Amino acid sequence: MDEIAHSPPHSKMIQGISGFWEVVIGVEVHAQVLSKSKLFSRASAAFGGQPNSHVSLIDAAMPGMLPVLNEACVSQAVRTGLGLKARINHRSVFERKHYFYPDLPQGYQISQHESPIIGEGHVIVDIPDGTSITVRIERIHLEQDAGKLIHDRYPSYSCLDMNRSGVALMEIVSRPDLRSAKDTKAYIGKLRTILRYLETCDGNMEQGSLRADVNLSVRRAGEPLGTRCEIKNLNSIRFIGQAIDYESRRQIAVLEENGTINQETRLFDSKTGETRPMRTKESVRDYRYFPDPDLLPLEISQAYIDEIASALPELPDEKKSRFMSDYGLKAYDASVLVADRNATFFFEEVAQGRDARMVANWIINELFGRLKKEALDITISPVSAYQLGSIIDLVVEEVISSKIAKDLFEIIWIEGGEPREVVEAHGLQQMTNTGEIEKIIDNVISANPDKMEKIKLKPAMIGWFVGQVIKKSGGKANPQIVDRILRKRFDFLPL
Amino acid sequence: MDNLTDMTIAAAREGLRRGEFSATELTEAYLVSIEASNGAINAYVLVTHEIAREMARGADDRLRRGEGRALEGIPLGIKDMFCTRAGITQAGSRILNSFKPSYESTVSSNLWSDGAVMLGKLNMDEFGMGSSNETSCFGPTINPYRIKGTDIPLTAGGSSGGSAAAVAARLCAGALGTDTGGSIRQPGALTGIVGIKPTYGRCSRWGMIAFVSSLDQAGPMARTVRDCAIVLESMAGYDPKDSTSVDMPVPAYESALTGDVKGTRIGIPKEYRLDSMPAEIEQIWQRGIDWLRDAGAEIVDVSLPHTRYALPAYYILAPAESSSNLLRYDGVRYGFRAEGDDIVSMYENTRTIGFGPEVKRRIMIGTYVLSSSFCSDHYLKARKVRTLIHQDFERAFEKVDVLLTPVTPSAAFPLGTSTLDPVRMYHNDIFTVAVNIAGLPAMVVPSGVNADGLPLGLQVIGRAFDEPTLFRVGEVLESAAGPLPRPDVWWR
Repeated sequence: MDEIAHSPPHSKMIQGISGFWEVVIGVEVHAQVLSKSKLFSRASAAFGGQPNSHVSLIDAAMPGMLPVLNEACVSQAVRTGLGLKARINHRSVFERKHYFYPDLPQGYQISQHESPIIGEGHVIVDIPDGTSITVRIERIHLEQDAGKLIHDRYPSYSCLDMNRSGVALMEIVSRPDLRSAKDTKAYIGKLRTILRYLETCDGNMEQGSLRADVNLSVRRAGEPLGTRCEIKNLNSIRFIGQAIDYESRRQIAVLEENGTINQETRLFDSKTGETRPMRTKESVRDYRYFPDPDLLPLEISQAYIDEIASALPELPDEKKSRFMSDYGLKAYDASVLVADRNATFFFEEVAQGRDARMVANWIINELFGRLKKEALDITISPVSAYQLGSIIDLVVEEVISSKIAKDLFEIIWIEGGEPREVVEAHGLQQMTNTGEIEKIIDNVISANPDKMEKIKLKPAMIGWFVGQVIKKSGGKANPQIVDRILRKRFDFLPL
Repeated sequence: MDNLTDMTIAAAREGLRRGEFSATELTEAYLVSIEASNGAINAYVLVTHEIAREMARGADDRLRRGEGRALEGIPLGIKDMFCTRAGITQAGSRILNSFKPSYESTVSSNLWSDGAVMLGKLNMDEFGMGSSNETSCFGPTINPYRIKGTDIPLTAGGSSGGSAAAVAARLCAGALGTDTGGSIRQPGALTGIVGIKPTYGRCSRWGMIAFVSSLDQAGPMARTVRDCAIVLESMAGYDPKDSTSVDMPVPAYESALTGDVKGTRIGIPKEYRLDSMPAEIEQIWQRGIDWLRDAGAEIVDVSLPHTRYALPAYYILAPAESSSNLLRYDGVRYGFRAEGDDIVSMYENTRTIGFGPEVKRRIMIGTYVLSSSFCSDHYLKARKVRTLIHQDFERAFEKVDVLLTPVTPSAAFPLGTSTLDPVRMYHNDIFTVAVNIAGLPAMVVPSGVNADGLPLGLQVIGRAFDEPTLFRVGEVLESAAGPLPRPDVWWR
């Protein structure tokens, strides 16, 4: 009934030959729970390790072994639910989902089917065009991850690494509230940010700790929902965008030629940028769900939920509003900062007692750019919050110019050091001594008589003179002072 | 003390404590007996001589120092359903061929930490699926009892047939069994011994190979009620490794044996009086009622209206869960593997050859009843029946303390008569499955022999976690019935 939350403007639709098409997208995100041990065993849940070194008897499905629920994973799921403003179900049930595959030693995955631990919630997503959408969360359930098959070791055998087998996953299922690759990428990005704030998932897509299945259908404006295809196991935000672009165009092309879309599972090939159907012969699986008799229904008290809620960190949306109201940041700057929780810590440290907008500018424009160039995380930034703060102070105190400040930043980045001392040592102080500046101005004027003629006709030429003087000063002359003295000299100019 | 293997656990315990004989002597006596008898009885699938001798030596050391524990030096047999570090564990199945666990089940481990001595692993129906021990990949166990004047091999019952026959033939002092739908009580009845299926959750299922996870429960089998009480006290207890085990203190079961049932209310459920019931079963049941009444108990007629749905519900729930529990036997990581051209044919070949026909039948039934098209007709309905049966018992126990019923619809039957007709075999469980469905404790007590000289037993069903009352009533029945005539020793 309320299957579709909103209908997009034409700008968000795709124009086909026969008119505008709306793309309808829902996402299932598989987020690995950050926990020391696995969902039902005491084996380490850490990524990597020698193959089959994080495997307990339970994970290997030895005869007579029984799962025991790891409370830490339950608390992480509840934390995630609270972070996504979702309903926490006081009673949930683990069920067995059956299928044969070598990476699933038990022959069934313990998952939640009819009664998930978390119910409806929502995520507010800022789209780069400045708008924002609310994506409804249908449910989150806890389940076991599968092992990994390695096919390239031996010509006729496959190898099995069960380190991942049994690691806790949260499957976060959205309603079909997304309308484009841009929406979806922003949604995944926002979700990842929230999970990282909550410290319930590290969000490392390249290590597979966050993966997405995208459900996509298209329809002409105002028509009922089309048949959807599921694109499985997308492990980067870029691929998600490419897969959606390809798949929506493919579906539109089929429909515009009066073809029909088959409901099917498709895989994205990152080399070609195309999606293709998974083994077409695969029949519809019957998972034969039933409650796992080895586990009791999971009962959660309100007190347990309240305790987790009281320890919840400030989340990105709240932080953004606070940055706007307390620090006077612009919405865009605030949302750029809150996208990375560590950047917000960095920002707040630097902003203490300083011009917050200026600090935000420095972080977003200088620091982020430099970090990105070297693919570094802000937590290991070569320029510390203290150093950046000192650099900004030197600018505010007019000891150095903004231009020199950028050079200083670069020196600190490479060589480190106390910014004030570096300024001394490198002689980077701004030239405020008018006598010295006057001398340079004399030299520039006497060396450029032709320019002196020109400026009388073209007053804008003053910029050229200011530039020359600063250049001759080695960038140290304060531009305001240079401008002021020059205007006094060129008294023929209108003020 | 001329025959050590004839002693009950209680008597052997005293003899050991007093130093009348050693644990080594007792163990050797059993090993000799096993050596001479097992070829004919086929109760043991594996005898762990060396482990037994080593454990007995350890027990003797402790006894000498006066540090004997509850089961110090008592030689026991272990149903092959329990994973043990000693030897191999196959649950009667080819698919676990040569499987050697690196771990010990909680229940057997509890016995060893109380000083018991392991004699070996006992035969059973494959994965517990059978009532005659004929589905075992090691061949059937033979009942020590025979129809008077014949030598027709009779079943020892199932699935704990090996445990039952070993206890009856004096090949161990006591044994571990498991009971999912009657697997301790039915073979106990057919071999004239005592066995108890404790309340679901009383004993840990960790390390016990899963047949039907929501019904399986480990229990002791021995020659007397007291012996069962002694062994259960060691086995039982909370285990954090089994989420369905219950964190409640284990009562001192032996001290419940007061011999007094005055005023105890004994319920007789009318629905257990079947039209087709043989006269000998009817008679033994009546005799049991009379014994308890004579001992001062109050006999109360009760009704368990949904009894007739228990067997069909069981034969949906049990295959459903077991079809899932058996998925792990895929030839990839352990046990038997039949090679194939690819992974799918390897799975198919392994499971086709590795599982016997009864197991395959139940996998198919279980897969069918769980499939999305039929789940609501079968599995979900069976779960509703489960709730109703539970409520039946709850209501009955408002009026009575225990229930007294038959255990089996007949005495031991010749081998080969039940396997041809699976439904007939399933019928053996008619009096026992409701107890598992409701998770209640129940005990079989040998109560007499029929005209052919074959043992017959009675079942006492109790409230959840009220094993003490079961033991108390069971012992009164046991002494009223007196010891059963011993079978002629034809097997050695």
